[in-house]
Amino acid sequence: MDIAALTIDQIREGLHARRFSSAELTTAALKFARNENAQTNAYLTFSEERALATARRVDERLARGEDPGPLAGVPVAVKDVIVTKGVRTTCGSKLLANYVPPYDATAVERLEAAGGVIIGKTNCDEFAMGSSNENSAFGPVRNPHALDRVPGGSSGGSAAAVAQGTAVVALGSDTGGSIRQPASFCGVVGLTPTYGRVSRYGLTAFASSLDHIGPFGRSVRDAALVLSVIAGRDPLDSTSAEAPVPDYLRHLDGEIKGLKLGLPREYLKDLTSETGDLIARAVEKLKRLGCEVRDITLPATDYAIACYYVIATAEASSNLARYDGVRYTSRSASSESLSDMYRNTRGEGFGAECKRRIMLGTYVLSAGYYDAYYLKAQKVRALIARDFTNAFAEVDAIVAPVSPFPAFKIGEKIDDPMAMYLSDIYTITGDLAGIPCMSVPCGKTAQGLPVGMQILAKHFDEARMFRLADAFERAGGAQN
Amino acid sequence: MKITAEQVRYVADLANLHLTDDEVRKFQADLDEILVHLDRLNEVDTSRSEPMAQVLYEAEETATLRPDRSRPGLGTELALANAPAAGSGYFKVPEVIKR
Repeated sequence: MDIAALTIDQIREGLHARRFSSAELTTAALKFARNENAQTNAYLTFSEERALATARRVDERLARGEDPGPLAGVPVAVKDVIVTKGVRTTCGSKLLANYVPPYDATAVERLEAAGGVIIGKTNCDEFAMGSSNENSAFGPVRNPHALDRVPGGSSGGSAAAVAQGTAVVALGSDTGGSIRQPASFCGVVGLTPTYGRVSRYGLTAFASSLDHIGPFGRSVRDAALVLSVIAGRDPLDSTSAEAPVPDYLRHLDGEIKGLKLGLPREYLKDLTSETGDLIARAVEKLKRLGCEVRDITLPATDYAIACYYVIATAEASSNLARYDGVRYTSRSASSESLSDMYRNTRGEGFGAECKRRIMLGTYVLSAGYYDAYYLKAQKVRALIARDFTNAFAEVDAIVAPVSPFPAFKIGEKIDDPMAMYLSDIYTITGDLAGIPCMSVPCGKTAQGLPVGMQILAKHFDEARMFRLADAFERAGGAQN
Repeated sequence: MKITAEQVRYVADLANLHLTDDEVRKFQADLDEILVHLDRLNEVDTSRSEPMAQVLYEAEETATLRPDRSRPGLGTELALANAPAAGSGYFKVPEVIKR
């Protein structure tokens, strides 16, 4: 049993043929994950007890001849901003180093109800703020493809876990590209569903109008299956959508002939030559597969970074107000008064990036600046969303790069926050519009660094996005 | 200069965030660079654009509201389990008003 190459289908088959039990697979996966972790630091906590309990339930159901669920026995990693009852959830922050949530996120509950085995919680940028995973209070994650490089962020641990094979699938969160960018850097599939498609109940809030939960997988099929399990209305999240969840796997039929694809010219300007070449080859491949590719324009793209960093930080400054030393484990030891306790707990607990964003968000919301920044950014956001509406009147889906460059070296951009922010240019637009988008492996650079291709689709059109991604994947990506 | 050290201290105060003098200097420089970038929002004509506070798609107006019925909550013990200081069913905090 080669854990690192297992698919969900192979696990189902292996369990039913009694080639291995869920408990055996879980024990092996945990051992493998602990071993690999010395290299990558992808996991912050292993949930051995809980994983083995779930595995035993799967084995019992199998023994009784019951359906153990579509994810039965599948080792799953969960980003540490998604709460797990009784399993430490740090959000990559010193402030929550000892926080043990009293409830489960809805996505976690649904994964386990479907037989998924949560083996651990993955490292991430503090409160999901970052593009490199270097903002974790527990040290950076190393990219399994090149240990001196970042895995991307903020869901870097989840992407690395799936890339190294210690988890078959993983959950991440995406506010400005935090699933797609690490998926691209680590050479795995990662998707940000339509806003409201997956319940955020139990996702630690960063920017509520932009936050999403989404899956990582080594194949489009595995990622699509996870989405079908976690998607759907949840009474505990008033922003979750009523729209019925289609059977995504039925759409993976390779039928993409005649699909109209848009290639936005604003997304091709600042690419490194290797990324540009791979995207050009991907487009050629899609044409050979029968798609019709046309140039489109998304003119508001140039303002997306500015728009995003106003809205996301404004919302974050409000959401992070709750870490005040009263409820969530950490409290500064040196506090005489209540207000000192707030200020010192936050000053000692938050890392530099969180502080920077709290400061920026508080500034743009403060008296005299609200209209100039926050309201203005919300109006620009409407224009960015309108660009996509206009584009989808002409094309079925959009293809684009995920990031202007492949994984960069650890330490390379950490002292230049603005350069780090600018690297999110191609991913934040999808979050601002709330449309589904994903990264699918495209190929590798000469140095062996993975590059992802992004697919963006209309609200709730995940099925078509998967169909295209799956056909592209089966055709070998941009290469050969 | 888009932002002064004085403004940085004022904003930190609004955010209940203690900053060291070094942090004030660092964030002044960082925020200045970021605010210069944010200025490009002023290049956009938004005179015919409504502010977008939430992602919008076709749906019924009240489709996402659940029935207003009570259900069990976490309970005091669990709710207080992560508190740095608690007692008698309450969160404990430092003195707020001097007697």
